[in-house]
Amino acid sequence: MASEMKEPLIHITKRSFVSTTRAIVVRIVAVLIALVVSGIFAFLLIEKLSADPSRIFEFYGCFIEGVFSSSELVWTYFKDLAVLLCISLAVTPAFRMKFWNIGAEGQTLVGMLGAVSISFYLGGKLHPALLIVLMLIAAIIAGAVWAFIPAVFKAVWNTNETLFTLMMNYVATFLVNFVLLLWVPSGNALGVLDACRLPILGHQYLLIIIVAVLLTAFLCVYFKQSKQGYEISVVGESERTARYVGINVKKVVIRTMIISGILCGLTGFLIGAGLDHSITSDAIGGQGFTAIMVSWLAKFNPLFMVITAGLVIFLQTGAGQISETFDVQGAMPNIIVGIILFFIIGCEFFLNYEVHFRKSKKHAKGEAK
Amino acid sequence: MEWLNFFIEALAFGATFIYGSTGEIITEKSGHLNLGIPGIMCMGGAGGCAILNVIGKSGMDPFLMVAIGIIFSFISAALMGLIYSFLTVTLRCNQNVTGLALTTFGAGLSWTIMAKLQQTQYLTTPKTCFRLPFYQNLKMWQEMGLSSMQKLGIMFFLAIIIAIVASYVLYHTKVGLNLRAIGENPATADAVGINVTKYKYLATCIGSGIAGLGGLYYIVDFAASGDAYKSLEAFGWLSIALVIFALWRPHITILGSTVFGILFSCSSMLANLDFVNLTMSTTPILRMLPYVVTIIVLIITSIRNKKENQPPQSLGLPYFREER
Repeated sequence: MASEMKEPLIHITKRSFVSTTRAIVVRIVAVLIALVVSGIFAFLLIEKLSADPSRIFEFYGCFIEGVFSSSELVWTYFKDLAVLLCISLAVTPAFRMKFWNIGAEGQTLVGMLGAVSISFYLGGKLHPALLIVLMLIAAIIAGAVWAFIPAVFKAVWNTNETLFTLMMNYVATFLVNFVLLLWVPSGNALGVLDACRLPILGHQYLLIIIVAVLLTAFLCVYFKQSKQGYEISVVGESERTARYVGINVKKVVIRTMIISGILCGLTGFLIGAGLDHSITSDAIGGQGFTAIMVSWLAKFNPLFMVITAGLVIFLQTGAGQISETFDVQGAMPNIIVGIILFFIIGCEFFLNYEVHFRKSKKHAKGEAK
Repeated sequence: MEWLNFFIEALAFGATFIYGSTGEIITEKSGHLNLGIPGIMCMGGAGGCAILNVIGKSGMDPFLMVAIGIIFSFISAALMGLIYSFLTVTLRCNQNVTGLALTTFGAGLSWTIMAKLQQTQYLTTPKTCFRLPFYQNLKMWQEMGLSSMQKLGIMFFLAIIIAIVASYVLYHTKVGLNLRAIGENPATADAVGINVTKYKYLATCIGSGIAGLGGLYYIVDFAASGDAYKSLEAFGWLSIALVIFALWRPHITILGSTVFGILFSCSSMLANLDFVNLTMSTTPILRMLPYVVTIIVLIITSIRNKKENQPPQSLGLPYFREER
């Protein structure tokens, strides 16, 4: 008989509505638990901490110290934030139409390569202003091409874009290695290129911060107000619906990926000309992958991305400080960022779903009456 | 003889990828694109080395030592897989993001662990055990000019056995059929009465464990150097590439990994030849080839659009029974 069948212990249903307070509280709790878990990991892994557990407060203090202890550190914090934010914003248009572009690392790197090679070959031969314009154009074209290739195959033959863009990252890395060996056959680092410099506005890092703010504002308007932004949302929601209402899905996919690529190229230009004035094959340092998580955690909303990128950079910087204070070998920042990400990713479940436990028999009978 | 030596070297190198991609194939067949494989391989290596660090100089039976190393490596990698499957199967989180977070975490943790270990403990003696049986007659092989034979150790043969067994299980048994059904369409598999959650958990954890062995193999056997662990992450990504190359069939990874191994190590080989006039700058181009070849294979399979060569249909999508 059906009524005698055992009801499962846990029953999960989808939530239709999440209040803002709940959304905020769940996330804060997740971050706090994650910090405690990172503390446990640190306790196990850092010898100086396991020898003297009272230094645990110093451990958490490092997060504050690493970011706020001098004005130069605060500038560095905002610079790192701006770089990560720019890349996160760049991948977002594609993500909003559920195109899993995990090639931001490569797209940014080729953008940077484009800018740096223009300054390498033409530096000193042209007017500096013209040079900068050419560098910007080269960076944007390079980024766009790197994004365009997987987009075309996705649009025409439905080639898996996640795997394709992933491979493109490595092609970009080795391309940079190749070009560097052409320029410096001895295999040494390229060194600072004097021509590869943007004018400094007030502070060395101010320009990229301004660009990040402008880009955030632009994408907010683009997604919410423009026809193209609406088309992206429709394609992301349901490709079939998009086709029925007369949206050219192929065109939207290719156009959106090119926008993603252009923004990555722009970021690469800013990193190359504004910060590094040079190029190495690991110049992006994995931020292209971190950006994917930042964008996803912010639910592809440019404004929230400021917060999530801020959190991630805060943790990375703080964990770097921990490595210094406690003299840790290895990659402590990655561990802490990883743990925090697990908890923030996991807490989404408690926002999207509701967990019901099996009611005890007594309780169930009482309810029936 | 030099060519044969080079080929054996490439073959031995490829075993790293066989582990990584066989593990990833098993996971992907359950519908989960596990981008955490690089981190998992790092942790598999670190877990195995951590136990070898303890028992490395105890003078125990070589086969026992190898077995303990393999078991611990498997367990620590499977634990990483457990984190991944808890987040993506039970909590239904986004697979790409979880995988990337796992790679960040795993690579970071393994670097921190490896920095604490003593190379003389986990490498010097265990290396000779892992490289059995050919290591015994090292002198003889060296005289024949085949010194790379020593690299075909126990774990190399284990890799090939695992790949063939995995292929058999996936394509010729009921368990494999069920698993593939889940990867194609979990709702249908659920309706037939297959326990989707159990299969997904087991596939991910076993797959991760197998991938983790690749890390141990690379650190202790193939590279056998103190900073080998630093390049493991890159090989993890290459293993994911190899999955596409092998068209989701574990036994093809044996062939694919040899090709990858040749492409990866031929740059150093070609540099030694007199008649091939290579400059330094060609090395990166040769290193790029495995990735380019993978892209080409990916494109060709998508253009030909044959059903059996496609990624599992529900790859990357979370499954929630009550969702329509």
